[in-house]
Amino acid sequence: MIRDITLGQYYQTDSIVHRLDPRVKIAATLIFICSLFVVEQAAGYVVAVLFLAAAIKLSHVPFRFMIRGMRAILFLLLITFFFNLFLTPGEAAFQVWKLTVTKEGIALAVKMAVRLSLLIVGSSVMTLTTTPNNLTDGLEKMLRPLQKCKVPVHEVAMMMSIALRFIPILLEETDKIMKAQMARGASFDEGNLIQKAKSMVPLLVPLFISAFRRANDLAMAMEARCYRGGEGRTKMKPLQYKGRDYAAYLILAVYLALCIVAGRIVPWGSIL
Amino acid sequence: MALILDHVTYEYGNGTELTVRALNDVSLVIPDGQFIGLIGHTGSGKSTLVQHLNGLLTPTSGHIYYNGEDIHDRDFSKKKLRGRVGLVFQYPEHQLFETDVFTDVCFGPKNLGLDKKEVQLRAFQALKQVGLPDDCFYQPPFDLSGGQKRRAAIAGVLAMKPEVLVLDEPTAGLDPKGRDEILDLVSSLRDENGMTVILVSHSMDDVAEYVDRIVVMDRGGVCFDDTPKEVFSHKEELEGMGLSAPQVTDIMHALKKAGWSVDTTVTTLEETKREILKRLAR
Repeated sequence: MIRDITLGQYYQTDSIVHRLDPRVKIAATLIFICSLFVVEQAAGYVVAVLFLAAAIKLSHVPFRFMIRGMRAILFLLLITFFFNLFLTPGEAAFQVWKLTVTKEGIALAVKMAVRLSLLIVGSSVMTLTTTPNNLTDGLEKMLRPLQKCKVPVHEVAMMMSIALRFIPILLEETDKIMKAQMARGASFDEGNLIQKAKSMVPLLVPLFISAFRRANDLAMAMEARCYRGGEGRTKMKPLQYKGRDYAAYLILAVYLALCIVAGRIVPWGSIL
Repeated sequence: MALILDHVTYEYGNGTELTVRALNDVSLVIPDGQFIGLIGHTGSGKSTLVQHLNGLLTPTSGHIYYNGEDIHDRDFSKKKLRGRVGLVFQYPEHQLFETDVFTDVCFGPKNLGLDKKEVQLRAFQALKQVGLPDDCFYQPPFDLSGGQKRRAAIAGVLAMKPEVLVLDEPTAGLDPKGRDEILDLVSSLRDENGMTVILVSHSMDDVAEYVDRIVVMDRGGVCFDDTPKEVFSHKEELEGMGLSAPQVTDIMHALKKAGWSVDTTVTTLEETKREILKRLAR
């Protein structure tokens, strides 16, 4: 039932990508996304695809897990594809019914579809190979300089990790409550919209009560261990760059350079 | 007739690498009117098993029959089944949601589509049966004590007038007094209404006093299914599964070791007392 929903979708295995410092992976994802929007020509995308393929290969995550993220945006992908295909002005290529498909339209549609797909798969590589906790740790450390401008970086990171930690707990709780109410003859998928909304009450009331209780307990447990915010707090596993992380940064720099160069040699239209 | 489980297997996380087999080829016959204790260590599959009895979970393979009908047939009403096979979960907090206890107990019979009068009558009867004091009826369920909440939760299922009552660890988290009260309540419900009762627990002491039959589960399978006396005679095997025979059985075994010729198959406190007094009188 609800247990089948994957959130935070971390894929547990051991690979060089998994072992990389989360900061490297966050930086890599950002650079990869930027590179997709900087590049205008086809060769640049070839470089991006090769880079991504190499990363996927190294991560030991089965390809079908990468594709899973695509399913969610398939609709969006199709809409952008067809809008670009039919609504781009330019030299007519052929006609379907009353709609004219232009050469520029084809080029733009393909480009946008490739961009979006790469974007999703690219960020999936990060979320699949990094635990949510590691991710928040990395973010906290990267955003540390913002503390100078009075941004409560530690608190935000703490809130994020608590929220992430609670997701599976509350999902499991939801499952149990649903079952307990179904055992009393409740159904959650019958009737019209109003009836459906009403049927959520027996689910939401116990869920909220339990969430508040858990939050209360957690606050108490944190107090009991003298939690006083981020000041002077050290980590059990501090993030530290290792050789492989510097190597990864180097590869990233080379990738970015290649992308920019390749993106300017062959014009996008010429391979069509 | 009643409930029949025919080679039921259930796997969590179907199709992924994380597939866990929670039930492995379980076959059981649960005749009418029996009081059954379902015992097993945490993770032995007992909770998964009871969720099959009212169709909350669908077996990966195998069939479940209620009065001869396959409960997963398309024309079999799951809702009706859930009225017949009442399942009370471990935590009353998971089901109490209304503004007062009485309205909450009405939820079950209302879902069965009964008219208002019948619903209220049943709710009232159920609350009386579980022995909640009258002044609790119109209190918010969250103000009740742990034991009272559990009674309210049991009443919520009883109000549907089930033929089979399944209780998943009804004594977890209660103090000894609350525990005894709940177990006495369940036992009297069975005697008064002639219901089939299935009591899920990991404590032998809980069930030994009351049940006719014990089903012991380990790693998704049934390993013992017999009368309490027979099951407890396998003391070593039970301990190997992380379970223990009731304390009285332990005492009798210790006495025998110390040279007393006592009957080690006793299971209840009363029997033990009689047995020891008998030996002392000699």
